[in-house]
Amino acid sequence: MAATDNTPKYTFKDFHSGQQVRWCPGCGDIGILRAVQTAFAQMGIPKEKFVVVSGIGCSSRFPYYMATYGIHGIHGRAGALATGIKLANPDLSVWQITGDGDALAIGGNHFIHEIRRNIDVNILLFNNEIYGLTKGQYSPTTPKGFKTKTSPYGTIEDPFNPGELAIGSGATFFARSIFANMNLSVEILLEAQKHKGTSVVEFLQTCVIFNKHAYDHLIKGPDKENNYIIVRHGEPMIFGKNKDMGLILDEKSRIKVVKIGENGITEKDLLVHDAHDPDPMIHYQLAALEHPVVFGVIRSVRKETYEEALYRQMKEVKEKSSYHNLEELLNSGNTWEVK
Amino acid sequence: MSDNQKPIVEEREHVVIKFAGDSGDGMQFTGIRFSETSAMMGNEVSTFPDYPAEIRAPKGTVGGVSGFQIHIGSSDVITPGDEADVLVALNPAALKANLRWVKKGGTIIVDIDTFTPQNLGKAGCKPNPLHNGLSREYQIIEAPITSLTKEAVKDLNVDHSTALQSRNMFALGIVYWLFHRDLKFTEEFFEKKFKNKPEIAELNKRVLNAGYNYAMNIQLSRTYIVKQAKLAPGKYRYINGNVATAWGLLAAAEKSGLQLFLGSYPITPASEILQEMEARRDLDVIAFQAEDEIAGIVSTVGAAFAGKLAATSTSGPGLALKSEALNLAVMLELPLVVIDVQRGGPSTGLPTKPEQSDLFQALWGRNGESPIVVIAASTSDNCFYYAYLSAKIALEHMTPVVLLTDGYLANGSKPWKIPNLNDLPEIKPPIVKAGELKEYLPYERIDGTFVRRWAIAGTPGYEHVIGGLEKEAVTGHVSYDPENHERMVLERENKVKEVQKDIPPLEVDGDPEGELLIVGWGSSFGHIYTAVHELRKEGYKISHAHFHFINPLPANTEQVLSKFKKILVAEMNRGQFFRYLRSEYPQFDYRKYNKVQGIPFTVSELKEAIKKNLEE
Repeated sequence: MAATDNTPKYTFKDFHSGQQVRWCPGCGDIGILRAVQTAFAQMGIPKEKFVVVSGIGCSSRFPYYMATYGIHGIHGRAGALATGIKLANPDLSVWQITGDGDALAIGGNHFIHEIRRNIDVNILLFNNEIYGLTKGQYSPTTPKGFKTKTSPYGTIEDPFNPGELAIGSGATFFARSIFANMNLSVEILLEAQKHKGTSVVEFLQTCVIFNKHAYDHLIKGPDKENNYIIVRHGEPMIFGKNKDMGLILDEKSRIKVVKIGENGITEKDLLVHDAHDPDPMIHYQLAALEHPVVFGVIRSVRKETYEEALYRQMKEVKEKSSYHNLEELLNSGNTWEVK
Repeated sequence: MSDNQKPIVEEREHVVIKFAGDSGDGMQFTGIRFSETSAMMGNEVSTFPDYPAEIRAPKGTVGGVSGFQIHIGSSDVITPGDEADVLVALNPAALKANLRWVKKGGTIIVDIDTFTPQNLGKAGCKPNPLHNGLSREYQIIEAPITSLTKEAVKDLNVDHSTALQSRNMFALGIVYWLFHRDLKFTEEFFEKKFKNKPEIAELNKRVLNAGYNYAMNIQLSRTYIVKQAKLAPGKYRYINGNVATAWGLLAAAEKSGLQLFLGSYPITPASEILQEMEARRDLDVIAFQAEDEIAGIVSTVGAAFAGKLAATSTSGPGLALKSEALNLAVMLELPLVVIDVQRGGPSTGLPTKPEQSDLFQALWGRNGESPIVVIAASTSDNCFYYAYLSAKIALEHMTPVVLLTDGYLANGSKPWKIPNLNDLPEIKPPIVKAGELKEYLPYERIDGTFVRRWAIAGTPGYEHVIGGLEKEAVTGHVSYDPENHERMVLERENKVKEVQKDIPPLEVDGDPEGELLIVGWGSSFGHIYTAVHELRKEGYKISHAHFHFINPLPANTEQVLSKFKKILVAEMNRGQFFRYLRSEYPQFDYRKYNKVQGIPFTVSELKEAIKKNLEE
C-alpha cells in the first residue's frame, strides 16, 4: 500500500506486544499472528486505531500478543464486544479473533447477527475443527464420525461449514486462507481491511496436539496442489499442480471439476471469479466445495454498513428534531408552572 | 338536572380512583389521561398500573383484567392508595377482580351493557353481583357505556370497532364530571396526537364529552373536589420511572461530556428505557437493540472501552444472563451502568408485577469475588437522580453499578419538578489524554482511591490489552501468581468500599433513637413513609430509615441502627435486605416483614405489622 507522508511506516515488529507467545510449538496460530502483524504494518493505519478483541479458546489469546488496543473477552462474545466498539467509534479498525467453538458453538448467535447487520468488523475465524484449550473435544466443524474425547465412538452430528453459515447470514465478505500460506493470508487480510462491512476470514489452522492431520492433504505431499484452488476476482478458476484442472457450472448450475483438454474443455470454458456478484449463489457453492477446497476472497460485495446507517439516521433525525439538547427535552410536552 | 337537585360537593384531601377493564380496553391510557389532568390542575398524583403479562388475555376473564389506580390529593400523596374510592369497571370480570379493593361506601361505575349472562359467565360471576345487595354497600352507577358510545358517534364516519374502542373515554368523561376535572387537557392531547387524523381526535373528544354530559344528567347525589397541593414552586411535568431513568443517564452524559451508549434487549418491564433511548438519536444517543441480553451488555463493555458512558437495561431473568459479562466488566474495571427493573421471580415469574427479589442477584450473582456498587431508586421521579448518580459513580470509580428499580417505579408516574442541570453534581471520569503520561499502566491506581485510569481506545501512545484473565497488579499483564491474585481481589474490593466516601449519610425520618426503626429500600418508600406518619399521628413513637445505597452502605449505617432497640426490615421479598444487614451488623435485633404477591405493600398492613412489632 502506498503510504502518504502522514501515514506511519511500520514493520511487523511494531505490532509485537513483547508478551511471550504461549501457543504450542508448531501451532498454526503462530503463522497467522505473523501474517496479521505483517498485514497491519502495511495498512497505513495508525497503531492506536487498531482494536483486537477475542473470546475464549487458544486463538483468543491472540490480543495479548499484539501491541494494539485489545480485549480478551468471554467465551463466544467477541462479536458483541467488537460491535460495541465499532458503533461507539467507527474510526477504529476492529479485528475479532475467534475459533470454531467460540464463533460457531457458544457464540453462534452473535456471529450470525453481526454478519447480518454488516458491521465493519474483520472476523478472523481460526478453524482447527477441534477444541484445543479444553484438550480435545469435538467442535461444530469436526467432521462427522471423527473420534475425540467427547465422541469416543465418532461424532454423530453434521458439521457447520463457516463459509456457508456466513454467506447464509448475509455476509458481504467471505475469504479463506490457511495458516501455512503466509503470502495469501497477508493478501486476504489487506482485502478484508479495505472491505467496508463485516469481513469473515476463515483460516484453516492445525492443532498440533489434538488434530494434527486435519489439513495434511492441503499442506503436505507432492499432490497437495490438486486439492485446493485459489480464486481471484476476474481470473479463471484454474488449479492443480499442472494447472490443468478447473471449475465450471454444469447444466444444473452446480459447480463441477473438469480437466482441461478432456471432453473438449479449454481454459475459456472455465468460470471466471466474480467476487462482487451480489447474487451469492456461486459464492455459496465455492465456500461449500470440499474438493478442491477454495481459498481466496470468495465474496466481496459493498452494502451500507450498520454504523453508516446508524450515523446517517442520527444526523437525519437531529436535523428534524424539535429538541436540540437535554434542557429542551425536559421542558417539552405538557408542563405546568407552580407558583 | 333541575336546579333544586344540585349535588352535594364534597371537599376531599385524598381520593383514589381505579379504572379497570379488559386488557384491550385502554385502561392504562385512560388512567394516564386522568393523572395528567389532575397533575396539571395542581394535585399531587401517584399511580399504579396493574396489567397482565398477556397482551390480550382471553376477553372477559378475570385473568385478562388490566387496571390503573390513581391517588390524587392536596398533600402527602406518595402511594397509589390502598383502596379505591371510585372504581370504574368496564366489564363483570373487572368488577370481580377489583371489588375487594374498593372502600365500603365508595362509588362503582359499571358499563351495564356488558353485564350479559355470557360475560357474567366468563367472569365467573353467578349470581350477578349487581343483583346481590352490592348497592347496599356501595353507590353503584349502572351506565350504558357501550350503547351510549355508539349513539354518540353514529353520525361520524367510523366503523363499529373503532367506535367501541373509545368506550374508555365515555368512562373517563363520567369520572371527570364526578371530580370537577377540566376536559381541555385531554381534548388538547387528542388534537395534538391525531393532528393528521382529525376524525379520530373528533371521535374521542365526542365520546369524552358524552360521558361528561351523561354524568351531569343522571342526578348523582355527590361530587368531589380535591384542592390544589402546595408544591414547591417551579416548572413541572409528569414522568414515569423508566423515562426518568433514561433521562438521568442522558443528564449524566451531558455533564460528563461523554456520548451515551445503551446496548439492550427488550424485556418487561424495562423495555421502555431502550425505546426511549432509541428515540433519542436526536440527542446523539447510540442505542443498540442487540440479539440477546448477553450481546446487550457485552456491546456495552466494548463501548466503555471505546470511551462512552455505557449502560444496559434489563429485568431479573436478563440480569441472570448478563452476569458473566458483568463480571468481565468487574475484571476489566470499566465503567458500566446496569439497570435492573425488578419483577416477580424466579424464572419468568411475574413479568408485569413488582418485587424486590433481585437484591441478592445484584450483590452476589456472579462467580468469584466480584464486588460491585448497588443502588436503589425509591420513587418514580427519583429514578432520574439515582440513574444520574449511578453513572457518576461508575465513571468516577471505574466500576460497574447496578441500579435497582422495579415494575412499580418503572410504570408508576408522578409530577416531577424539572431539574436545573446546573444543580447536578459534576462528573469527572479519570480519562487520560494523549501525552499526559509517559507510560500508561492499565492497573496502576490513582493514589488513595484504588481507581485505575481510563485510556480510551484510539488514544495514541496508550495501546494496551485487558482481559478476563487475572492480571498482574499495575501492568495488567496476565498473571497466575497466587499473591498477586489476592492483591488484585482486595484492590477491586477496596475500590468499591471507597465509593462510601462519595455517598450521602443515611437519614432518619423521626427521632434518631427509640424503640423501633422501620427500615426499607427501593420502591416501598411511599408506603412505609405513609404508614409511619399515620402511626405517629396516632401517637406511636417510631422512625424510618430508607436505603438508596446498598453496596457500599452509607458510612453511618451502624451508628444509625445502634440507636434503636428493634429494627423492622420491610421488603417485597423473603428477607434479602434483612439478611444482608444482619450479616453486616449482626449485633442488632432485626425483625422482618415481607410480602411476595407481586403487588406493593398496603399502608394498612404495614401499620399492623409495625404495631405488632412494637408490642412484641
